[in-house]
Amino acid sequence: MSTVFIALQANEETRPIIEAITTDNPGAVVNQQPAMVKIDAEDSLVVRRATIEELIGRDFDLQELHINLISLSGHIDETDDELTLHWNA
Amino acid sequence: MDMKTSSGKKLGLKEKYRHMTRGLDWETSYQKREDVHPLVEYEGIKIHDWDKWEDPFRLTMDAYWKYQSEKERKLYAIIEAYAQNNGHLNVTDARYLNAIKLFLTGISPLEYMAHRGFAMAGRAFPGAGPRVACLMQSLDELRHAQTQIHSLSNYNKYYNGFHDPAHMLQRVWYLSVPRSFFDDAVTAGPFEFMVAIGFSFEYVLTNLLFVPFVSGAAYNGDMGTMTFGFSAQSDEARHMTLGLEIIKFILEQDPDNIPIVQRWIDKWTWRGYRVLTLVGMMMDYMLPKRIMSWKEAWEVYFEQNGGALFKDLARYGIRPPKWLDQISFDKDHISHQAWATFYQYGAIADFHTWSPTEDELDWLSAKYPNSFDKYYRPRLKFWREQAEQGNRFYNKTLPQLCQTCQIPMVFTEPGDPTKICYREVDYQGEKFHFCSDGCKEIFENEPEKYKQSWLPAHQIYQGNCFPEGTDPTAEGFDPVSKVLEYYNIGFGQDNLDFEGSQDQKNFAKWRGMATSNE
Amino acid sequence: MSVAAIKEYTFDSADRLENFHGMQVLYVGWEDHLMFCAPFALLFPPETPFQAVIDGALPGAYSYHPDFAKIDWSQVEWFKSGEPWQPKFDQSLTANGLGHKAVVRFRTPGLTGIEGSCS
Repeated sequence: MSTVFIALQANEETRPIIEAITTDNPGAVVNQQPAMVKIDAEDSLVVRRATIEELIGRDFDLQELHINLISLSGHIDETDDELTLHWNA
Repeated sequence: MDMKTSSGKKLGLKEKYRHMTRGLDWETSYQKREDVHPLVEYEGIKIHDWDKWEDPFRLTMDAYWKYQSEKERKLYAIIEAYAQNNGHLNVTDARYLNAIKLFLTGISPLEYMAHRGFAMAGRAFPGAGPRVACLMQSLDELRHAQTQIHSLSNYNKYYNGFHDPAHMLQRVWYLSVPRSFFDDAVTAGPFEFMVAIGFSFEYVLTNLLFVPFVSGAAYNGDMGTMTFGFSAQSDEARHMTLGLEIIKFILEQDPDNIPIVQRWIDKWTWRGYRVLTLVGMMMDYMLPKRIMSWKEAWEVYFEQNGGALFKDLARYGIRPPKWLDQISFDKDHISHQAWATFYQYGAIADFHTWSPTEDELDWLSAKYPNSFDKYYRPRLKFWREQAEQGNRFYNKTLPQLCQTCQIPMVFTEPGDPTKICYREVDYQGEKFHFCSDGCKEIFENEPEKYKQSWLPAHQIYQGNCFPEGTDPTAEGFDPVSKVLEYYNIGFGQDNLDFEGSQDQKNFAKWRGMATSNE
Repeated sequence: MSVAAIKEYTFDSADRLENFHGMQVLYVGWEDHLMFCAPFALLFPPETPFQAVIDGALPGAYSYHPDFAKIDWSQVEWFKSGEPWQPKFDQSLTANGLGHKAVVRFRTPGLTGIEGSCS
């Protein structure tokens, strides 16, 4: 097992994104740190556009994530609907 | 071009990415391809199909401008509000500002060098995908240099040591460490540069620089640094992705590439690790409110994260970087060894050092149970007692430096923190010295490169670090004051102990004015 | 191994002897006293007697340390490039086989730094 993570700034824009991530990744662990949030998951983690849109009540482009992203790890695959982080080993 | 505009349907992400990268590329007609991209073969890396390279974020230039401009607007709004509100008086303690000075002189100029490096690498690659990604990263790095200088210029209005980072980078002794690291990378070929900076530095090590440091800035009330830090870090996620992608791409193209890439990973992980010694010191000694120790940050961001990465890369035949045993042992030591160095050479640095308080010593003992009380606390205690008696330690004799990393020879033998690690090589009738097996092996692989190292101690002895027109044979010649003049460091103002400094007095006075009617 | 380059790649060493105006660099390290964070780089004419290095340069470099005044110089163990070695004190650096950028270390038995911490 290898850990992937995504770290986001802690602000009003990311609050629903973090909520969406925890909804879509039940095993994910959320670490609150000064001014930021780091979310760890075993082997893979997914960010789903639809879940975020449901929470914010408007259209969301996954590339908006770039504005508040701090760091991440793992291989990335991004489509219009999902951003996935994963390790192959 | 087939843009499907008639259907009225928006292009999907993958489709748009294809059009905006491959779709905008062209074949050369009146020049040969190899004449247009002359640097792409000499390093021995074999690429058969450039189209196999794909940006996993699929970011295109139009989206890039959109999101970057939004980041800039947010950043500058905060920076202005911070300045207008005298935010500098809200930092925990004026000692903290010395970490920021180190950042401005040691890190920000590297951002600018990275801007140049990625522009050159992008120019060298025939593939449209990596070229676009390098263009974005080159612009990001320029933005980082500019936003850092803008943010920190606010501190320059009030505090010493912020006045001349670009000049200092070229001259000041300890800044030859980060400078030579980046010069080494940009003078390599485009593929090595990508493995050096894109992969080893950005992917494996950059989290250690930005995440704990920026979070530390937030913790210490420095909204300016926090803001530019997070704004820069939002680009780093993309850089890390580029770094990982370039490695996979090179490795998948040809098995002959594997040993070359492995040697670069060994070399650049070690080179980057040595540079990060400075960050370890900042985390353990220079943040009045600490977030985590260097050792803890190393365990999370290097051991855990890097461990997962190298497990993943094993399927290409890549093993973890060399010298990890030593690195793992040294995490208990290097931040203390670095602080001791800057403390004793505090007369020729552009920032202040100090004796840690009793609380801080206790924190270090708790974080470093294997090493601190046994090896480092007695030394710090002795120095503090001496300072209290007016006998503060300033080492006035120049140190021996490592030929490769250019750091004074402060590191100890693998497994024995009581013995300085000495390594030497005879090359063409001359002796060369190293702080470690890693730095020695890097030299032995490319001696012609590293025999050119501009080692500050030797340059001073050769007479190359005095202001123009200085006559070292003149009566009353004072080399230290001339070197400081050459560095543009003001004696008694920028250097020496924090205790008694102008920064300390001014901060106390201004904070008093801000919080009372006196 | 050589440097990968697009044309011939050879340079002069930045620290070759001739750049030091008739002087040479000698590195000196005191074992078990890491309060001095690194060995020192000192500059001498090659004809300097070894004893003059001890008398002329070491007190300025090391006397801040309380152990320095306690050194019994007749008991000191010397090392050249890490190997045990016996200096000829009245002879020059050159006659002692100490060329440009040689490393000399010395150990002072019984003295192990502040509170025995090798500092």
